[in-house]
Amino acid sequence: MPRKIIHQAVTERLEILDRDGRVDKALLPDLSNDQLLTLYRMMIQMRKLDEKALNLQRQGRMGTYASLRGQEACQAGMALALEPQDWLVPSFREHGIMMLRGIPAHLVYAFWKGDERGDLFPEGVNCLPPSIPVGSQLIHAAGVGMALKLRQAAAVAVGFAGDGASSEGDFHEALNFAGVFQAQTVFLIQNNQWAISVPFKRQTAAESIAQKAHAYGIQGIQVDGNDVLAVYAAAKEAADRARSGGGPTLIEALTYRMENHTTADDAIRYRPAEELQFWRERDPIDRMRKFLVSRKLWNDKKEAALAEEAAAAIEAEVERLEAMPAPSPVEMFETMYAQMPWNLQEQRDEMAKEVGR
Amino acid sequence: MTRQQAAASQQERSLRAVESPAERLTMVQAINQALKEEMERDEAVLVLGEDVGKDGGVFRVTEGLLDAFGPERVMDTPLAESGIVGFSIGLAAAGFRPVAEIQFMGFLYPALNQLFAHAARMRNRSRGRTNLPMVVRMPYGGGIHPPEHHSESYEALLVNTPGLKVVVPSTPYDAKGLLASAIRDEDPVVFLEPKRIYRAFREEVPSEPYTVPIGKAKVVKSGTDLTIIAYGSMVRQALEAHDALAHDGVSAEVVDLRTLSPVDAGTIIESVTKTGRAVVVHEAPRTGGFGAEIVALINERALLHLKAPVERVAGYDVVFPYALLENHYLPNRERVVAAAKRALEF
Repeated sequence: MPRKIIHQAVTERLEILDRDGRVDKALLPDLSNDQLLTLYRMMIQMRKLDEKALNLQRQGRMGTYASLRGQEACQAGMALALEPQDWLVPSFREHGIMMLRGIPAHLVYAFWKGDERGDLFPEGVNCLPPSIPVGSQLIHAAGVGMALKLRQAAAVAVGFAGDGASSEGDFHEALNFAGVFQAQTVFLIQNNQWAISVPFKRQTAAESIAQKAHAYGIQGIQVDGNDVLAVYAAAKEAADRARSGGGPTLIEALTYRMENHTTADDAIRYRPAEELQFWRERDPIDRMRKFLVSRKLWNDKKEAALAEEAAAAIEAEVERLEAMPAPSPVEMFETMYAQMPWNLQEQRDEMAKEVGR
Repeated sequence: MTRQQAAASQQERSLRAVESPAERLTMVQAINQALKEEMERDEAVLVLGEDVGKDGGVFRVTEGLLDAFGPERVMDTPLAESGIVGFSIGLAAAGFRPVAEIQFMGFLYPALNQLFAHAARMRNRSRGRTNLPMVVRMPYGGGIHPPEHHSESYEALLVNTPGLKVVVPSTPYDAKGLLASAIRDEDPVVFLEPKRIYRAFREEVPSEPYTVPIGKAKVVKSGTDLTIIAYGSMVRQALEAHDALAHDGVSAEVVDLRTLSPVDAGTIIESVTKTGRAVVVHEAPRTGGFGAEIVALINERALLHLKAPVERVAGYDVVFPYALLENHYLPNRERVVAAAKRALEF
């Protein structure tokens, strides 16, 4: 028999919570009422974080900003699946989960304002600073996941990227290294359908990103990225598997970028309005609220209280942001090397004279 | 090893307070010994790259390491330069000290994004919280008659990237000591190995671990009439030129830079202030090459001591030629001597 099948692949898609708030009980993850409420609260906190950033940007109090609106379920679902010792290796649209993992919102805002001190995270938060070159951070997630494996740590590294990143060579190299070395890594690709103006169809001829896992010999799954329960279930399964030495997973969360790519972009130039409407009806927060209401866990009063609480928390963070003294220009020399070489010392002194310090 | 180099290394050895047992090693053996000793010293040190395991590296630099330390510390990786450097970044961010090998500098380009966009910036981007104690070592330069893409010297790209250190040894002794320093360094170091002299000569190398500091040049020959500044395999051309010039009654000082970033301006300026003339030698293309930086440093700091314009002897601004023509491209003794004479007769 000279010609035979050597590989056949099946790629699954997981949906648990539909747009009307109904769940598939057989697939519902084992979560307490508190945990269900936590997922909802996380998404509200992220939306407030995002709305405020857009406001500040319009008022000239923030730099160019990349909104995460519409992707709250992806980040909340993953956040709940993680343990304190786990690592984030984020791209530039993950400030929602970064905040949930312990990076205060005023630092998130500082980053987007153009203040590098926003990248000085609190001690003990295992998170690399956001990576802007698309897809390049995924290989770091493979490396961190390998480090965790070598240390026999019960922890996982999560690498984040979008659909555009799946076209980059480093996406391939990251999945390949993670597969070959069985690194303790989970890749969460938030397929928000648009890489600035280029639609997903132009990134690949494949039906999904999830199926690409097969080519690297690792696990892959697509989830409804606006379904926080599905994201959580897939993330938990993948993280538990990686932590226990079962190998890496590629999760594709199918979602939608509700805003412009950044505040410097104008998506009306390239996106049909009907598409936006389609996704507005599938909002991740709305459907979770409907589900919680149907379970008698939520009502208008609680909603109002949470909205007020989240807004107040964000306002306090904006105050902290705006109370930060201006960065000293000479700080740009301070963290280049463990020990400042002579040329930087000279240049720092030159600048210090110039700025009168 | 030339007579002069032997004398120089003899002189350096006599300066060492304690005489330790030594063997006569090639640069390949010296680097191998440094890797072995540093891996013994610190369990966080890992070696990874293409063919570094069972094969011991295509130049045998990592020979024996797999047997000594096992596959978790000596990793043959997929054939992917960006992946090798990016994976090392992740390992280093999480506390290991990876020593990555790129098989030839001509194959570094796919990894430049990882080096430039991440390795060089992580400490700064994290405001000092996440540093990357990693080494990316690679054979560089011409002179071994290989196919295309096996002879490049693109150190200028690396030196123009803040956040990296760039080290180039020219002797087995320095190679071992500088690599030990690079591995113990808290920041990313690119370690360029002049493969042309991997096995060109042997030198006494102590069997014990030792370090040679990063950022310190070495005056290999003292002289009074002019300064020849070189690094890597070009130090040998400089020493040959020194001998030829000595024959004509010219006293040349030879400075081996050893580190390109941060460069040791003090040693260069001190020498040129004394001699008033300088020739910079490197095999990378002339335009935008590291020699231009040396000339600029001399102009900024020793212009009034100069008796002649600083000469550059470099590779031409052409693609590195295939094997048959490479000797016409590479700087040699004659070109260095001719440049020295132009400076002397100015």
